[in-house]
Amino acid sequence: MRDFYGTRLANGLMLGTAQYPSPAILAEAFRRSGASVATVSLRRESGQDRAGQDFWQLIRDLGVHVLPNTAGCHSVKEAVTTAHMAREIFDTKWIKLEVIGEEDTLQPDVFGLVEAARILSEDGFQVFPYTTEDLVVADKLLHAGCEVLMPWGAPIGSGLGLNNLFGLRAMRSHFPDVSLVIDAGLGLPSQAAAAMELGYDAVLLNTAVAKAGDPAAMAEAFATAVRAGQLGCIADPMEPRDMAAPSTPVIGKAFLE
Amino acid sequence: MTAVTVIGAGVAGLCVARALLDHGADVLLVDRHADTGPHGCSWWAGGMLAPFCEGESAEEPVVRLGAQAADWWAAKTGGVHRCGSLVVSPARDKSDLARFARRTTGYRKVAGPEISQLEPDLGDRFASGLFFETEAHLAPRRALDQLRAGVLADGAQFMQEEADPEDHARRGLTVDCRGFQARDQLPDLRGVKGEMLVLSCPDITLNRPIRMLHPRVPLYIVPRGDGVFMLGATMVEGKAGQHVRARALLELLSAAYALNPAFGEAEVLEIGVDSRPAFPDNLPRIRRDGNLIMANGLFRHGFLLAPALAQMVAEHIFHNKTPEVMDETAA
Repeated sequence: MRDFYGTRLANGLMLGTAQYPSPAILAEAFRRSGASVATVSLRRESGQDRAGQDFWQLIRDLGVHVLPNTAGCHSVKEAVTTAHMAREIFDTKWIKLEVIGEEDTLQPDVFGLVEAARILSEDGFQVFPYTTEDLVVADKLLHAGCEVLMPWGAPIGSGLGLNNLFGLRAMRSHFPDVSLVIDAGLGLPSQAAAAMELGYDAVLLNTAVAKAGDPAAMAEAFATAVRAGQLGCIADPMEPRDMAAPSTPVIGKAFLE
Repeated sequence: MTAVTVIGAGVAGLCVARALLDHGADVLLVDRHADTGPHGCSWWAGGMLAPFCEGESAEEPVVRLGAQAADWWAAKTGGVHRCGSLVVSPARDKSDLARFARRTTGYRKVAGPEISQLEPDLGDRFASGLFFETEAHLAPRRALDQLRAGVLADGAQFMQEEADPEDHARRGLTVDCRGFQARDQLPDLRGVKGEMLVLSCPDITLNRPIRMLHPRVPLYIVPRGDGVFMLGATMVEGKAGQHVRARALLELLSAAYALNPAFGEAEVLEIGVDSRPAFPDNLPRIRRDGNLIMANGLFRHGFLLAPALAQMVAEHIFHNKTPEVMDETAA
């Protein structure tokens, strides 16, 4: 399994921490799934007083790796400021970098993304960029200092799964040594399994679990699917073929009818 | 006669005082402010008595315990409007309406024509919705004032003081209902920031609270009568600051505008912000440590659950019943 800036994760499930019915249910989702990373949305002005600290403490108490994110940032400057704040609050170099370019699809602004990634990488951050499956953009992100790429499966919160299977497969084979995470768009555990079967190193999701009727059960379902997909990939699956290939030889078999 | 001191005169404290008086207690009500007002979280409440709608994201006790709220308020303060609540979503977010329907009970599905009939000012903007016919709403500030007046008229004493609950508990039975102020005694209590607006828009008439679903910005709007509307409310975790965020205003107002563009001409009467006191599961708690009883964590369900919480406190004191929301971990 590829690592994430030198950190090996126990599994490939990263869960968001927004939109749960309550912090208690959030904690239960992490407990049942064993997710190894929690992403936290960190917007400006937060965390400075006691009311803010309480929620951050709940996240720290989950006992998993914390990946703060710059969700909701629309400019390079905003994203960079938020990243600095995150580093202070969570004492981590990790930052999931989101620079949103379009309100309806929450599509990343890849130009701003590359610029922000360069600024933050030079400043010592370990950047997890939320990007599209565009190979050229991916290449520029690597040049900007990123060692992890997080292409979307589908627009954030849409639950549509892996929208561009070809593009995601191309990305995997184009960057065989880079840690890749499917970030956003997953709605069902089977989609997470499919992502892992493609050879991705992890999936990151939030809405699919937080908005499920039973978030903790759904988190466990995703964890199981991630494990299944990963094993399926490691096990070197058979190649599909057009004709039937009988598993028992037919030649020489007695005809009983 | 059993003497009880109640600290905090917000919706929790006033309901507890009322329930204790109804059980024949001698009540001393203590608050650091002389009257109800913007210093208290419940001043900014929506005043929806909507247990079924809350069931969409809240746990079972909220729905069950909240069911008695409308009757309780009707008996103690009057002013309860039993007109139901209406849930709609813009066409592009209709999957959110399907999800809301799956998670709740107590509604019937209504189509465009019936929505226009229930709420003529929504026109034909919404093709489908959910009508929770038995739900109710009230005007929170009026209800607080009435409840307070009733409690004082029935013999409760009031003392204005920045109270120390432990100090009071040394002298006698004390119920701490200070909400988020009790954070120093309750380490697992957190604040969930809420932002709201009061608009005046005489062009629009709504008969009942409307909830408009949206994946990012669910909005409710509660008619206060005379063309006044309460528009709320955001729920922000881990958010500092005593001021309303610009984004909250933008989102609340654009959601209202989507409900009816005439809201664009409304006058903004008030902008409110406060922190709701909440425990990790967003359910209220009663804790007891000797003479000190703590009733807290009403979250966004102050008017909905305070009557049930108060009843449990009173029955605990007078009939030694263990409340279902009591946990053993004394502070």
